[in-house]
Amino acid sequence: MARKNKKSKNSRRNFLNSSMLLGTSALLLPEVMSSCKKPDDKVKVLTQEGKLVEVNKDEITHCHGASREESREGIPNRKFVMVIDLSKCRNARKCVDLCQEAHHLLPGQEFIRVYLMQRSEKSAPYWFPKPCFHCNNPLCASVCPVGATYKRSDGIVLVDNERCIGCKFCMTGCPYNARIFIWEKLEVGHDEENEKIEYSPETGIPHREGTVAKCDFCPDMIRQKKLPHCVTACPMGVIYFGDINEDSVTNGEETVSFSELIKNNDGYRYLETLGTDPSVYYLPATARLFPFEQGLENKDEEIIDRYKNAPYFKNKNNG
Amino acid sequence: MTGIKTHHILKIKIMDNTELSLIREFAPQLKINSKLGQAWIIILITGFIIGLFGLYWQIHKGHVVTGMRDYVVWGVYIVNFIFFMGLSYAGALIAGSLHLMKTAWSKPIMRMAEILTVVSLMIGPLFIILCIGRLDRLYYLFIFGRIQSPITWDVIAITTDLIGCIIFLYLALIPDMAILRDSDEFKDNSWRKKLYRILALGYQDTPEFNKILNRSKNIMAAIIIAIAIIVYSVLAWIFSVTLQPGWHSAIFGPYFVIAAVYSGTGVLIIVMWLYRKIYHLEAYITKEHFVKVGVLLLILAAFFGYFTFSEYLTKWYGSEKNDSFLIDRLFSDYFWMFIISNYAGVIIPLVIIGFPNLRTINSITFAAIICVIALWFNRYLIVVPTLETPFLPIQDSRPEFLNYSSTWVEWSTTLGGTALFCLLFTLASKFVPIIEVYGNKAKNGIPKSDNPIT
Repeated sequence: MARKNKKSKNSRRNFLNSSMLLGTSALLLPEVMSSCKKPDDKVKVLTQEGKLVEVNKDEITHCHGASREESREGIPNRKFVMVIDLSKCRNARKCVDLCQEAHHLLPGQEFIRVYLMQRSEKSAPYWFPKPCFHCNNPLCASVCPVGATYKRSDGIVLVDNERCIGCKFCMTGCPYNARIFIWEKLEVGHDEENEKIEYSPETGIPHREGTVAKCDFCPDMIRQKKLPHCVTACPMGVIYFGDINEDSVTNGEETVSFSELIKNNDGYRYLETLGTDPSVYYLPATARLFPFEQGLENKDEEIIDRYKNAPYFKNKNNG
Repeated sequence: MTGIKTHHILKIKIMDNTELSLIREFAPQLKINSKLGQAWIIILITGFIIGLFGLYWQIHKGHVVTGMRDYVVWGVYIVNFIFFMGLSYAGALIAGSLHLMKTAWSKPIMRMAEILTVVSLMIGPLFIILCIGRLDRLYYLFIFGRIQSPITWDVIAITTDLIGCIIFLYLALIPDMAILRDSDEFKDNSWRKKLYRILALGYQDTPEFNKILNRSKNIMAAIIIAIAIIVYSVLAWIFSVTLQPGWHSAIFGPYFVIAAVYSGTGVLIIVMWLYRKIYHLEAYITKEHFVKVGVLLLILAAFFGYFTFSEYLTKWYGSEKNDSFLIDRLFSDYFWMFIISNYAGVIIPLVIIGFPNLRTINSITFAAIICVIALWFNRYLIVVPTLETPFLPIQDSRPEFLNYSSTWVEWSTTLGGTALFCLLFTLASKFVPIIEVYGNKAKNGIPKSDNPIT
């Protein structure tokens, strides 16, 4: 969203105003929601001044998430699940980039990280994208003293940054380090225009200094019948997202049966022994489509530096 | 006028002669009249102001000015929190159990332990508050509190403990307040005298009063011992209920309790040494006291060493991958800190106090200083290296997220908290005699030294 809006400040303003309206006006919501589905359409929305304006449909990548109260409930009869096919990942980092953009994150604030894994010295290295696992037994939500982080009926674990007191207990509780803390006062989420956006835990925007944020499975996108940003961003179709109740997942290109996918590819969950019961499954990196080295080609020095402590390089240096 | 005077004389008659001479001896200590005393207070206030500036800076700029980052989310603040809470529980356990056991020798050091308990229990929570990202929402803990969260357990436990310890200290203070109220050391219309009059609750040294008071003290002593154990265990559970490799340990509760009493006993010995020197209390706090508390320190050192050994042995021997990452780290990056905290902190007190020939007042105090430093580092080693070695070794993050290094803001607030601790302790000892006056009629209670202190 942010990238597109850079093109024209006016349309961004209109868009922002419109998204505000979406958050506040329940009457307009169904109309816009349905408009969202049609491609190449103009959407009519009311601005703050009360004018009816037309906005390009593709400028609304953020129909706004539900209100704080609604976002506690979850989308009825849904149970979301993600499958990440490790054999396809070549650390293109598009998931990281689009996620950061859509969630108004700065470089260095990642909701999804890509690890360079190697199980043991003799085994082959592979890339391992790691979002929040949206555990069904989330320790982060158990330890929260004020109920700022919670598990919804649709399986999503969210953070309400207007409730969060910033004790960071959830960050030590999460065994996967899925959470980030907003350390600085001045970050993107705090600029003037973002301040105008009505806050929803479903988007996490605007961020608030001194609170915790994390991957949210993009429920605002799901409400628009769209896929999370990391899924759509991935050029390799690594990430599948879907509903376990419907037993189907999609990476945007192909839609497959979740149970078949897991069964046929020996799907597993990371650190299953911890008993957190994650909602993110992995397909092992067998029959890899790319050599892992591709993941470091044409990358900034800063990115390459991030992997210098990876087990693969450590093992290589030791061996 | 005459009525008041007769009343006054009557009161003095109630007081024992020993107590009268004691109060005459101790009264000058209650005034801040020496240059050194004034300088000390000014230094402490300066330290506290530096801490306040650090806090202001942190609120103004955000937590980014601390060394804490996304992996090491807790740093020096939590270390200080555990440390000061530890001192408090030690005070509670020592004061409570010595009271219940009715040990005669412990009378002169009881009040120090009681004040230590209350003052450190006030300072400890300040450090966890420094760690909170949104201080403006602190009251959410009460309005949205969830009983499932160990932090809520901690809030309840610490509040209960603070109330209990204040009551215990206050009960012990009542007879002395009455003595101060009745003595003629302070002017009748001074604020002190008025305050003593209110706080003494009309106490008279009669069997009925003493019976009630003693019974209350016994009950409170038993209660604070129990609460102290619970509170420190709850504090340990904040760490051990998580799945982090270095924290997820069943012995953390008892380990923390032992470590707390150990460090608290160390601080008690240091406090005894300081007051003995500054107030010239050689007649009251003798080598016997140092040896007896020292032996307690010795036993606790052995326990602490035993727990530490069990904790790390099982981690190292089993060499589960995540545990061995942590152990490797402790023995490489944190080598010297590990040696100081878990070797020197056990062995030096064991040797010094273990051999009777080596026991002197100064050497025992030296052992106590080593113990206190070691235990601070012990907490640091529990908190920081664990967070630096999570289940998924840190990757794809900014390089500065890898390791924790504390900043001046954290140190200035630490300085401020420590200064406030010393300040409150000093002020408490300026308000009531640091040695219990009431009932101090024991054979060696009569001052041997005939130098009135000025």
